[in-house]
Order: sequence, then C-alpha cells, then structure tokens
Amino acid sequence: MSTGTLGFADEVVTHARVRTFELPDGTGTFGLITLDNDRDHTRPSTFGPEGLRSLADAVDQVSAIPGIVGLGVTGKPFIFAVGADISALGTVGDRTLIEQFARLGHDVLRKFGELPFPTFAFVNGAAMGGGMELALHCTYRTVSTGATGLALPEVFLGLVPGWGGCYLLPHLIGPEKALQVMVSNPMNLNKQLIPAAMVDLGMADALFQPSEFLERSVAWAADVISGRVTVARPSVDTDAWQAIVDAGRAAVDARIHGAAPAPYRTLDLVAAARSRTRDEGFAAEDEAIADLVMGDEMRASIYAFDLVQRRAKKPAGAPDPALARPVTKVGIVGAGLMASQLALLFVRRLEVPVVMSDLDQERVDKGVGYVRAEIEKLKSKGRISADKANRLSALVRGQVGLEGFAGCDFIIEAVFEEISLKQRIFAELETIVSSECVLASNTSTLSVTQMAQGLEHPERVVGFHFFNPVAVMQLLEIARTPATDEATLATAFAVGKSLKKSCVLVKDAPGFVVNRLLIRFLSEIARAVDEGSSFEDADASMEPLGLPMSPFVLISLVGLGVASHVTHAMHDAFPDRFYASENLDRLATSGRPGVWTWAADGSKSLDPEAVALFQQGNSPSTPEEIRSRVLDALADECQRMLDEGVVGQVQDIDLCMILGTGWPFWLGGLTPYLDRTGVSEQVTGKRFLSPGVASVPR
Amino acid sequence: MGRTVSDVVFVDGARTPFARAGSLYSETRADDLVVKVIQELLRRNPQLPVERIDDVAIAAATQTGDQGMNIGRSAALLAGLPPSVPGYSIDRWCAGAMTAVTTLAGSIMSGAYDIALAGGVEHMTHHPMGEGIDPNPRYLAEKLVDPEALLMGKTAENLHDRFPHLTKARADAYALGSQEKTAKAYANGWIQADLVPVAARAQDLGWTMVTADEGPRPGTSLEGLAGLRTPFRPHGRVTAGNASALTDGATAALLASDDAARELGLSRKMRMVGYAFAGVDPEVMGVGPVPSTEKALRRAGMTIEDIDLFEINEAFAVQVLAFLDHFGIDDEDPRVNPLGGAIAVGHPLASSGIRLMSNLAKDFELNPTARFGITTMCIGLGMGGTVIWERVGENS
Repeated sequence: MSTGTLGFADEVVTHARVRTFELPDGTGTFGLITLDNDRDHTRPSTFGPEGLRSLADAVDQVSAIPGIVGLGVTGKPFIFAVGADISALGTVGDRTLIEQFARLGHDVLRKFGELPFPTFAFVNGAAMGGGMELALHCTYRTVSTGATGLALPEVFLGLVPGWGGCYLLPHLIGPEKALQVMVSNPMNLNKQLIPAAMVDLGMADALFQPSEFLERSVAWAADVISGRVTVARPSVDTDAWQAIVDAGRAAVDARIHGAAPAPYRTLDLVAAARSRTRDEGFAAEDEAIADLVMGDEMRASIYAFDLVQRRAKKPAGAPDPALARPVTKVGIVGAGLMASQLALLFVRRLEVPVVMSDLDQERVDKGVGYVRAEIEKLKSKGRISADKANRLSALVRGQVGLEGFAGCDFIIEAVFEEISLKQRIFAELETIVSSECVLASNTSTLSVTQMAQGLEHPERVVGFHFFNPVAVMQLLEIARTPATDEATLATAFAVGKSLKKSCVLVKDAPGFVVNRLLIRFLSEIARAVDEGSSFEDADASMEPLGLPMSPFVLISLVGLGVASHVTHAMHDAFPDRFYASENLDRLATSGRPGVWTWAADGSKSLDPEAVALFQQGNSPSTPEEIRSRVLDALADECQRMLDEGVVGQVQDIDLCMILGTGWPFWLGGLTPYLDRTGVSEQVTGKRFLSPGVASVPR
Repeated sequence: MGRTVSDVVFVDGARTPFARAGSLYSETRADDLVVKVIQELLRRNPQLPVERIDDVAIAAATQTGDQGMNIGRSAALLAGLPPSVPGYSIDRWCAGAMTAVTTLAGSIMSGAYDIALAGGVEHMTHHPMGEGIDPNPRYLAEKLVDPEALLMGKTAENLHDRFPHLTKARADAYALGSQEKTAKAYANGWIQADLVPVAARAQDLGWTMVTADEGPRPGTSLEGLAGLRTPFRPHGRVTAGNASALTDGATAALLASDDAARELGLSRKMRMVGYAFAGVDPEVMGVGPVPSTEKALRRAGMTIEDIDLFEINEAFAVQVLAFLDHFGIDDEDPRVNPLGGAIAVGHPLASSGIRLMSNLAKDFELNPTARFGITTMCIGLGMGGTVIWERVGENS
C-alpha cells in the first residue's frame, strides 16, 4: 500500500494511540487503539491523510505483537470518529487528489477486516460517515447507550458511503436495511440512528451503558474471543437483492425525479455489491467518490450544509449580543391560530409570562384554551413533566384589550393583515408599555416601517416573521426598518435564538426573502396556467428539481386565501413582475381547497369543480418552457433583492429558502442551482456565487 | 417498648485495582472510580432490588472537587441508583470507609435500616494529603499538637523513638513479607476476585484497562530496602519501602441485617461482633489500633486470644509492629495480613478500611477453622479504629 505523501494543509490530525493489556481468564493479549485529535468534543475526530497513516501504523504495531488475540478501537470522550475530513474537499480542484484520498481510506480501513484475529469497534460516541465505516470494517461492534450522532449521512452531503459502507453494510444487514440507513435516512432530514436501533438493525452487536462502556465492551470482547459468547450473523438473502434496490430506486425517483446524483450512485453501488468482490466493491466506491466530489452538486451540498451548520447559528449582520435587553414578559396581540401558535412557542421556550389579547372574550378564551390544550398534549405524550405543564399553563393569560400588556418587554402582533389596524395597535401599545419594549410584527407582506409611523419611539419596532407551522419551521426573518436601533435588533435576535429558530437579518421590504421568491415562483406558474398550460404540465414543470411538493399542492397547503392575499400584496408592491391570477382569486373565494383532490388510496386527480372556475387562454407552454420561465424569474428576483439590499449576501437568500420552504438540501441551495444550470448568467450576466464556493473550482 | 438489636452481616465487598498516585488513574475522576465499584457490587448481587438500599455512605478524606458534592449521594446517582435511595458522606481520614461501615452498621443494628452500601475513595493524585487544610493557629500557640503530627511519616519516626526495639531492620523485614504475601496472593488468584477492572485514559496514550494493583514490587529485597533514603528524618528509619505509597483507589461494600440477607438470598460472608474507635496522641498516631482494639474487645467481652485472623492496615511497618508487639504477636505470625497489605498495594486514604474487610472475608474462606477476626487501622491526627468480625457458618 502506498500512502505516499498526500497531505491536507490544515489537517487536525486524529492520532491512533495503542495500548495493550491482558484479557481476563488468560484469554490473551489485546491491543486497543484510541482515536484522539487532542481537541475537546467541540472538534470531533475526523480522518485526513495523516490520521489515516497514523491508524495504519497502529494496526501494524498491534499485528506485530506476538500472541495478540484481538484488536479494539475506540474514541475520545463522546466521539468515536465522524468521518473523512471533508473541509478540505470543498475547494479541491484536482481529481487525482480525491482518488488518492479515497484509496488511502480504503487501504487503511479495510485492514480492520483482514487481520488474522478479530477486531472490535467500541463505539463510545459519535460515529458518522467514515467513522461509522471504520466500525463496519471491524469484525464486531459494541455501542454505548449514550452515543449520539450515529449515521451514514454521506448522501445528505452529495456523497456516497465510499469507504466501504456501500459494500459492507448490505452484506451485513441486507440491502433493504442498508438503503434505509444510507439513502432514506439522509434524505429524511438527515435522520440519525439511536444506539438501540443500531443493534436492532444488526449494525452493532452489543449495547452498554456509558458509565462502564469500555469495561463491559472489553469483557464482552474477551467472551467472544474465548468462545463463551457467539455472535449470530444471519446470512443475507441475495435473491431479493435486485428487487429491493429497484424498489429503493423507485422511491427515490418519486421523491426527487433524478434531481441529485448521490442517492442514485449509492443505489448502483449497493446493487452491484451483491456479486462483487471486496476489491471490486471498494474500487467502485473510489470512483463514485471522485465523480461526485468533482461534481457541482456535492460542492453545493457542502455549501448548504455549512450555511445550516454555521451561518444559521451566527447570523450575519446581527448586532453584538451583549446589547440585547432581557425579556421577562411577552405579549401576543391577537388570539387566532397563528397568534396561539406563537404564544405556545414563546411560553415553552422562554418560560416567562405570556399575555394574549383579542377583540372579545370569546376569541381570547379560545386562544388561551388552545395553548393550554397543547400543553396538556405535551404532558400526556410525556414530552414535559406534570410540574412543567402546570408552570407553563400558569404563565399564559388572556384579556380583552391591551392593558394587560403593561410591563411587557417584547410584544408581537399577529392580527389581521391590514396596515391601519396595526398602526393603531402599536400606537395604543406605546401608551401602555415602556419606551424600550420591543414591538414586533409577524407580517409577511406589509411595511413594518409604515407600522412604526407616528410612534414616539419607532426605533423599537422590528419585523419578526415566522413560518407555518411555527413549531416546526426553523426560519425566522428579522426585518429592520431604517429606524430600528441596535438594542432592539439585538433583543430580537436573542429572542429568536431562545426560541430555537435560525434568524436571518433582512431589510424591511415586501415579502422579505421567502415570500417574495415563493410568490414570484407561484405567480409564474399561475400565469402559465392562465395562458392555457395544463395543470398537469404546470405542476410537473418543477419535477427535475425534486421539490418537496408541486406548486399547486403547495398553494393548497399554504391556503388559497393566504396565497391570494399575499400575491396581491406583492403585486401591489411590484405590479410588473408579480402576476395576480383572477382564476386563483375565484378559486379562493369559492372555498374549494385547491385544484387537486386525493382519493382514499392516495392518488391525485383534478377537482372538476375547481377546474371549471378557471378561464384559460389558448397559448399553453410545455413543462420545460414553464420551468425555464420560473427559474429565470427567480434569478431575476434574487438579483433585485441583492441590489436593493434586502439581504447583505446571497448566502442569506439560500439559507432562507432551505430553512423557510424546505428547499431541498440536495440541490445545495437556490442560487447554486441557478448558477449550475447557467440560468444566473443568462438572466443577470453573472453567477451569484464565484466558482469554487458552491461548485467545483475551474 | 423493647427494641431488638439486629445482627449485621458483610454481604460483599469489591474495589478498583489501586494505582500509584500520578500514574494510571491521573485522568480518571474519583467519583467515577466509586461508581464502578458500586455498579460491580450490584451486578454481583442481582438478587438485591436496588430500591431496598436504605442509604449509601461514601468516605473521602478531602471532600472537594471530584470527591465532593456529598459524594455519597452523588456517586449513588451517577451509579444509576434510583433517586429514592439517599446518600451521605463520611470523613475520618484514613478510616473513612471503616467509619462508613460502622455508622451504617449502627443504623442496621438499631433497626432503622435493613440494607446499606458503604464505600471509600481517595484520589491522592487529584487531592494530595492535606489539600486545602488550614490548621488552627492555637495548635501551635497552645502547643496542643506538634505540627509534626500532620506529617504521617514523622509520626512513624516518633514510633521508632517510643519503641526502640522496633528497629529499621524489623520494619524492612516486615515490609518484605508484605510484598511476598501479596505476590503469593496474586499468584493464587485470591485478590483478583475482589477487583473490578477499570478503563482508564491518558490523553497522550489512549485508553487501557487496569486489572491489577499497580503498587506491588515483587522484586523487593532486604538489601534494596536497606538502601532507601529516609525522607522524614536524616538517618531515620522510615522509607518509601517500609511504608504505603500514595495511591488512588476506591472500595465499596454491601451490608445488611441478618434477616434481610436471608430474606433476599444475599451472601453472608461475616457477621459484625462489635467495633470501637479510640484516640491517641496525634504525634504517635500509628499506635491508635491498640486502644481501639482493646476497647472493642472489652465491649465484646473478648480477649486478643479469641482472635484468629488480623487484617491491619500497613500505613507504616513500624505501626503494625507496634500493634503486634503490644499484643505479643510475632512479626511473622501467619494470622496477620495473610494476603499481603498496604505496603505492597498502597493506601488510598479513606478507602482502605473496606479493603481490610474484603480481605478478611477471603481470609475466613481460606481458613475454615478461624472463627473471629479483626480489621484495624491507625488514623491521622491520632486515632485507631477496630471492627471485630465472626465467620458465618453453615448452621448459623
């Protein structure tokens, strides 16, 4: 094996340290490798070339010990190993380098499965990607019940488990479970495994408590080596193998329609693993890794991952957190469904008094009742204790009128979207609360600046825009007006963080980021249909992107009334670009939920009564033409938003789309997709992101 | 209303292998060591429903950091005992674990408790002897206690002064015997049964398993011992070779009333006959086991002739010899520390008392005709502690 002199410039080397000791009852000498990068748990251990070489040396060292009966590998506290060091891969432009690194990993990891004595992975903590694959190369695996971060998430990042996973896992647990772990989970919001699940799946052989994990694991290893314990390895049924992969492929197709290469490449590798040798399987993985890393999709996935992991946690443009004011009492104006969801979120996360108000007692009672009922549900599901439920319920109060808001530090209004109503409410609140109480608005389209007009202290007004459903959607757009001061903004970000949302700073402009782009998108679709395109063609036009749902399904989900209302608001702001469809207005008024209906078996068909409401022209477009118009429109709108300073950097547009609309992670963000398909350059004359940022450097 | 006194039985004892201070356990927390012993005891006695444990008492001489936070309660929670089981902490310096045992035994005898868990730990790497102490100036000003009394080695030299016939040669010979007996005990597998293997990490070396006491020096010779320096007094008698080393380790034991042990099918390795603690001048703390033993025997209506086995802590060879000399027992009497002692394995201060008891239980097993035994130890600041035990026969 030639490890050569491949090196990554800033590798944080994970050292493989060897110690030996005697197993009980004369079972023999055991070698134990500890993986440690000498950082704490905030910098988990990864493998770069140096780390791999260290690991190879450790294996060789143990193998040379006379009378050695077993080899174990474990990690530093909380971390086993979390995979290849991919930070370097984001900017590599040389395919040979990738191939070398891929091969090096295989050469080292495969040793663990090719020794004349059994090897044991003692998975004491996070094991992901290449780290999990190291464990799979070992003969046996134990896992700690305290381990978190167990997965093969490569597909989520536009890669495949390419250090043995695609070959070893299906041979260990069968192709069906293997594809669940390597394809379905990553595509399902990067779902992780819990330790017990690893054992159930057959990926691990024994489970031990954290307080004595290594002791129990070593004792178990001694039992296995001495024959006191035998581990069953049920043979994998190869007959159904191809059929299972085919079913997996169909499921992926139904989801993403070929929009991203990584899951398909994984399926190909798993299919072929059935009859390949180890050497053939590993070589095929090397090639797949090189192909994918040299593809723009993977670079975009890394870019998106970085946005969500880092940028989301440290919002660009946010003021110094030290400027935030304490929030010890919150007010919610409005008691409708949105306001009630907000009240629940605030009381759960902030655990401070939350006051709700509305026009009459009935509405107030309904709102407070909703919140208390949701708290009860959480208690009965065991999500919160009885004491906590009592505490939270007592914190939520309601009353008619605004007097109850005295003493609030932060008030958010979620009333009917009508500007003069909001202006009146803010004006009245100003007479009741301190001059520093933040007045926030959940408006999606109205001008927050206008809402603050006439106030004594407009500097404490800020946009605070949530997404539906509030409990689930991560994104929170924080909109600053020209008057908003730093302390207010800092307080808004601090509150957003306490609510466990990802906050993005936007300028007060119609639709902020998400609604502006979403409505531009939907209105192009609506325009195409009004011109005469079929519903089927319009809905299918976006399929190559693999969006979570088609446009008309999305409209139904958002609600026709809301969609219509927001569309009109955007049309009023930008009449030449945002098309408002009378057909959709008519559909909204009719009360029908949408153009599609679903049968009991889940099949979708057009609702003839809804269709009948549409008056269409006779210039239909093809799905390709519709898609092209939509993408052009999105590129156009993104550029305008950047020019207007709605956000400071294009990265924030991508972050908003990923977290606010479920824009598919595997597309790596909106603007990388537009760049990659050439749309950006066509529409604006240039890319949004420089080559190498979310694409292969050229 | 009359109160019946229950018998207390020693159900089981276990300990971590002891490591030299500054060595194998340097990066292991003291409370984690206690947790491992507790978990091992519970694993070995699966018929004990844990919620029946009435209390947990853990001792440490320096109750701060990883030996603080009411370690009796903290370690119980960390070991996974249900929160309904309470816990407390004990300090009687070297005799901490012994006092945990006697205190809980008192609760059991009086009928307040049925089952209890006692333990001790000292991590002398993390907490050197005397860490954080602040002696009252009156000690010096009123000459209450000689400052030398706070240095255990100097009190040992003082013992040599008081008993000139207890020479360095005798001390070295006794020390050699302790090493040899320990080596023999290991060779026969008599010690290993009590040990719970501990996974210990050193950041720069990685994880390893500690499965045996690190302290013993099987190659010890009289010549080697004779050449060691005497750190506590120039041309003195006390050396590192005839004293116990600074050590890290933890011990624990399960105690029960005789009735509860029978009810739950728990083993009954020995029965507590009685105990006593007594004070002596701190300057000669090593002589403490003498009055505590006399007191314990007197209260039990026994004499030293009734005792068939002795487990005496070997803080210093001279202090063992002082005890043996007082009671007319030969330096090499086979009834004394048959499995070796602290000179070889070390003395993690508060934990040693239970090691003596586990050893005694093994001694009873190996000597079927022995009926009574004592565990006894000297204590810094001038005390001694003694517990008298009786074997539990098949008919009892």
